[in-house]
Amino acid sequence: MSEKHTAGAFDVRTLIGGLLGVYGLILTGLGLFRATEAELARGDGLNINLWAGIGMLVVSAAFLTWVRLRPLVVPAEPTSSPADGTSDGS
Amino acid sequence: MTTTLAAADGSFRLDADVFDYTIVAIYFAVVLGIGFLARRQVSTSIDFFLSGRSLPAWVTGLAFIAANLGAVEIMGMSANGAQYGMATVHYFWIGAVPAMLFLGVVMMPFYYGSGVRSVPEFMRRRFGTGAHLVNALSFSVAQLLIAGINLFLLATIVNRLLGWPLWVSLVVAAAVVLSYTALGGLSAAIYNEVLQFFVIVAALVPLTIIALHKVGGWQGVVDKVQPGPEQLSSWPGTDLTGIDNPFWSVVGLVLGLGFVLSFGYWTTNFVEVQRAMASSSMSAARRAPIIGAFPKMFIPFVVIIPGIIAAIVVPELAALKSGGDAQGVTYNDAILLLMRDLLPNGMLGVALAGLLASFMAGMAANISAFNTVFSYDLWQQYVVKDREDGYYLKVGRIATVGATVVAIGTALIASNYDNLMDYLQTLFGFFNAPLFATFILGMFWKRMTPTAGWSGLVAGTGAAVLVAVLSEDALGPASIGVIGLSGQGASFVAAGAAFAVDILVSVAVTLVTAPKPEKELVGLVYSLTPKADLVDPDEGALPWYQSPVKLAGIGLVLVVVLNVIFR
Repeated sequence: MSEKHTAGAFDVRTLIGGLLGVYGLILTGLGLFRATEAELARGDGLNINLWAGIGMLVVSAAFLTWVRLRPLVVPAEPTSSPADGTSDGS
Repeated sequence: MTTTLAAADGSFRLDADVFDYTIVAIYFAVVLGIGFLARRQVSTSIDFFLSGRSLPAWVTGLAFIAANLGAVEIMGMSANGAQYGMATVHYFWIGAVPAMLFLGVVMMPFYYGSGVRSVPEFMRRRFGTGAHLVNALSFSVAQLLIAGINLFLLATIVNRLLGWPLWVSLVVAAAVVLSYTALGGLSAAIYNEVLQFFVIVAALVPLTIIALHKVGGWQGVVDKVQPGPEQLSSWPGTDLTGIDNPFWSVVGLVLGLGFVLSFGYWTTNFVEVQRAMASSSMSAARRAPIIGAFPKMFIPFVVIIPGIIAAIVVPELAALKSGGDAQGVTYNDAILLLMRDLLPNGMLGVALAGLLASFMAGMAANISAFNTVFSYDLWQQYVVKDREDGYYLKVGRIATVGATVVAIGTALIASNYDNLMDYLQTLFGFFNAPLFATFILGMFWKRMTPTAGWSGLVAGTGAAVLVAVLSEDALGPASIGVIGLSGQGASFVAAGAAFAVDILVSVAVTLVTAPKPEKELVGLVYSLTPKADLVDPDEGALPWYQSPVKLAGIGLVLVVVLNVIFR
């Protein structure tokens, strides 16, 4: 492994952006193509799947953009902390 | 705070379809994936228990509140919203935010700067093993209990959703939490908490929006809330406190809830403090609770307001509130009933994922704090000393498994005796109130002696229990009703008594016993710690949005403004 690499998929921001993105796609799809009259009537006509889906897509895009702009750089080896850096546990 | 949920008797069921299951399944896949990914990063016990002290402040800050955003918060606070209305905001604006800011500004420098690995360890270095043992044991037992309550609620949702028997739901839910906390330790727990925070928000915000739309906007709430618009003002909160006199109700809220209970909980509870301790620097550690305080201020809007609206639009709850036939539902079902009545398939799945996320976050937080205190403070201190680091990492993993098994047992008890669980939670709350008194006195008074440390704690806890027993119903059948206090008011007075007695006993005992030598207290007591050790060297150069004190000032102003708007 190189000395430093970006956290990639393990950056928690990627995970948040990814999960909300998938949810956003599912909900937007449901809101556009599968909203029944009965369902809409329950919320007095508000298509909550559609709007929540769009909202999640926006938040998802914001997180993924943040990751692109400011990638997280982590050292490949755990940096030894001054207190007990020698313990390797193996 | 109450957290009972009517047992899973199948009184109502949520009609989830294949899209909802898919959404929930995707969430579980990501949660487990985080456990496996985090495992690759764990090589020492500090990695496992404190995430290698490497996390940025926004991550630890969100984890800080997500750890608290468990079942108590979502189910309990929406239930309180349905029952008491806006006065419930006191649990957030009075009962949490000021203490979180105080933790970041005043106390975190001692926790982080002294290099201790847990709150009980701070106790041991400051006061020796007497106070330490009291603190470590009561904390560990309380965590197992609360983990069980979270697990019970988690299994209840699985039961409602899939119709599995409660015990199968319990074991499966426990297995999921166990797999990621045992694999990845605190990193997995914290990363999941941050993810959970966003899933919870993604679930609650749309639910609040559709509920407001349904009821006709805020004006609709004002017009329709029962028994009247006084439910929408938070002060003086006489319904909530159970204290009829408005003046004493306010005193009870400010001193009992706002000062003693909340400071005791937020500043000494290792579940919370552990998240901040995982930060990458002193200023990040101080910022964690302060950053967490900002979302915390706004959580009431997506928890309490849906609760209030549920009591208007859900027929069973409206009936319950007006004294009619509630068909077996309780206020604790408020969020679930609102989801049942308003959400279409799809959004229902996200809401279920959010609730599951919340209960898993709560349980994982309890378990990851428990295994640290068990491994470092009980096992390493009193049972097997001086082994290599890898040994304690192994102990931590085994403790995680053990804690999960015990939590399953607690959850089964909770499913049969939910009142008992309430009383036990109240009781453990009483351990927190004197802790704050002991900590704050110990941090700022170098003369305070080890004997005063443990005797103050014991006397303070005893005073709280005594008040609770003398009250009308704080401990249920164990209360004898000598003094006319009930409900939350009794808890506030009990906590206040604990605080006052702790201070008095600590001061009295200190005056007649021998203090620790000053050189052992460096880093633990304010007057003996060089100022430079309490802040980062570059603290002065930080921009305002990274300065703990300036951020805390902004937070304090905001919370005052919110209180004025929703007075």
